[in-house]
Amino acid sequence: MTINNILVVGVGGQGTLITSRILGNLAMSLGHDVKLSEVHGMAQRGGSVVTHIRYGEKVYSPLVEIGQADIIVSFEKLEALRWKHFLREDGIMLVNTQEIDPMPVIIGTSTYPEDIILKLEEECKNVISIDALSRAKELGNIKVANTVLLGLLAKNMSIPKENWIEIIKTTVPEKTIEINVAAFESGYTA
Amino acid sequence: MMNKKLMLGNEAVARGAYEAGVTVAVAYPGTPSTEITEFIAEYDEIYAEWGPNEKVAMEVAIGSAIAGARTLVSMKHVGLNVAADPLFTVSYTGINGGLVIMVADDPGMHSSQNEQDSRYYAKAAHIPMLEPSDSQETKEFVKKAFEISEQYDTPVMVRLTTRVSHSQSIVALEERENINLREYQKDFMKNVMMPGMARLKHVVVEKRMKDIAAASNTMIMNTIEIKSTKIGVITSGVPYQYVKESLPEASILKLGIVHPLPRKLIEDFAKKVEVLYIIEELEPIIEDEVKSWGIDCIGKDILTVQGEYSANLISERIGEQDLHLSQPKSLPQRPPVMCPGCPHRGVYYILNKLKKHASGDIGCYTLGALPPLQGMDTCVCMGASISMLHGMEKARGKEFVKDWVAVIGDSTFVHSGITGLVDIVYNKGASTVMILDNSTTGMTGHQDNPATGLTLKGEATSVLNLVELTKSVGIKRVRVVNPFNLKEVEEAVKEETAALEPSVIIASAACELLDKKRVRIPFFIDEAVCKKCGMCMKLGCPAIQKKDGNYQINDAICSGCTLCSSVCKFGAISKVGENHDN
Repeated sequence: MTINNILVVGVGGQGTLITSRILGNLAMSLGHDVKLSEVHGMAQRGGSVVTHIRYGEKVYSPLVEIGQADIIVSFEKLEALRWKHFLREDGIMLVNTQEIDPMPVIIGTSTYPEDIILKLEEECKNVISIDALSRAKELGNIKVANTVLLGLLAKNMSIPKENWIEIIKTTVPEKTIEINVAAFESGYTA
Repeated sequence: MMNKKLMLGNEAVARGAYEAGVTVAVAYPGTPSTEITEFIAEYDEIYAEWGPNEKVAMEVAIGSAIAGARTLVSMKHVGLNVAADPLFTVSYTGINGGLVIMVADDPGMHSSQNEQDSRYYAKAAHIPMLEPSDSQETKEFVKKAFEISEQYDTPVMVRLTTRVSHSQSIVALEERENINLREYQKDFMKNVMMPGMARLKHVVVEKRMKDIAAASNTMIMNTIEIKSTKIGVITSGVPYQYVKESLPEASILKLGIVHPLPRKLIEDFAKKVEVLYIIEELEPIIEDEVKSWGIDCIGKDILTVQGEYSANLISERIGEQDLHLSQPKSLPQRPPVMCPGCPHRGVYYILNKLKKHASGDIGCYTLGALPPLQGMDTCVCMGASISMLHGMEKARGKEFVKDWVAVIGDSTFVHSGITGLVDIVYNKGASTVMILDNSTTGMTGHQDNPATGLTLKGEATSVLNLVELTKSVGIKRVRVVNPFNLKEVEEAVKEETAALEPSVIIASAACELLDKKRVRIPFFIDEAVCKKCGMCMKLGCPAIQKKDGNYQINDAICSGCTLCSSVCKFGAISKVGENHDN
């Protein structure tokens, strides 16, 4: 009985929740049992956030355990380092190169770690980084950066591309379907 | 084909209430319970409202149930403290239409100030309590709770935890049951709790709990899975899911009713297994009771009363597996922060600048306690900022509190700050109270309140006027300031804290996140003009960063609130597109 374990991490406000829900609904539409665990309330205010997504034949716990994640999608570089220990040995780390300074860095009591991608590559077998923010800017709306990341995630999963595009079309506001599909393609072909 | 939906536990509560024929739902928002009532408000068949606090919400619910409607009231664990007074006595009166009380605990304190276990309330108030472990069960248990409520003439509590409330899993949707209002008949022996009646009702309560305890042995919410008899586990709620992951060979008694406990069922199960573990997050409530019956079991000897459990934790402690789990790196922490454009930021900047202490309260503005603003000395519970400051004044005198203010949000002020203000006036205090009015209940995700002019159902309603209200309780010095006008805030704080009579400053500006459609033009720092003095960094704005020795504004998150440009003495910060050629 294989359970797929995905962690979506980032900074509160980046849209990790929406991305997770898209994946959760997609997995359900394909006939899987699904559980998602989300973060609401205080932690959403610019804090480190994580959503757990698990699907398969029968899912009990809503939480991905340390060392269990098949894929981690990190919306922010430092957060990839923070949650890295949840990845299983041959899991895939997908990381957006965007940097958001946490408050201890902003006020100078701490420094933003250097060479994060190198550090990730030293410790994870599969690291794929992407500048989703620049890609979104090029498409004309920085808000679709999370859809770029969704495209990258889709590329690294076994669910057919058409299913992803279909669920994006039914999830995002109608006016933004075109740009979201373009953003998905951008991540998918990265 | 059965219709299925991926749902949050909280949405499943709403669905359960809908299917159970509920017609009235009440709550005060509080993480992790908030979405229950937001989802309920989407059903046209159910009247739903935000009460100003949990006590009022509970009383509205009791009235509605006694009037004959199936009624649901929801709150977080600490909200139940506020509602505890009516809770203990509705246990005596009983109900008429079914009454279900949803309470959401927060093990691990994702968004709470303590880690109390609501199951103690069920025991203390002699009210039955159910506990589901995923969204499907949540829906079923809510419906079951209404049946028990009406069958035994009792309110029924349903306990959730964060990982049930805020996890999504698949729920099968069913039709709504049409439940007629039950007839209302005056019955003062049942519904007027004076000593003479209450003594009689207490007898009824004890008998009721005995009856439910007996019936609990055969209730379908309790399930037994017999596998290996070497290890037996009694558990409930989300820990059941962790047990299923970590101890696949264990026999399990999963309790759906956690008060009163099904004693015979537990005794029979205990006899079948060699070693019995009780796995429950937070307090050893099941364990203590089971041990009191003389049953050997292991629980908090090896498991903690703190925080959340996990499958790994159980594997290690009970499965005796050494998982060699890698630990997280030591990294800069990322605590939650006030958003870019938050109207509270300027207030804390000024309090910091004037070296004022603040008696704090519960809301987004509690984040002002963290560096760099560090503008808060105390924070205990909803409404406490005002009354605690008054206590400080009475302990140390008027001179002492000249360096202090109380800070409280609009929703929290209405929740339980008003009585503290009345106390200050009545007992001749001189404290200064700042109401940070951002026109919403922010931290829980933007719920309306009596001061916003909208109901939960989105209808326009009377707006509670905070100026008139504070004047009417006897505050003579009431002034309204714009928190983005730092000069105005500074003057107000200086003058009001110096005054020898009580005062209220209302800092009024809407939460930055309320108007998503507003066009936000970001600011930028002109490196040629910037003297690198670091004043702008004192605001603690997440949009201002220092990169390669230069201060920069992150245009992806800057809201254009103007605060940084008003603290810059050198005019280095301006709006993109202004005072500049490009």
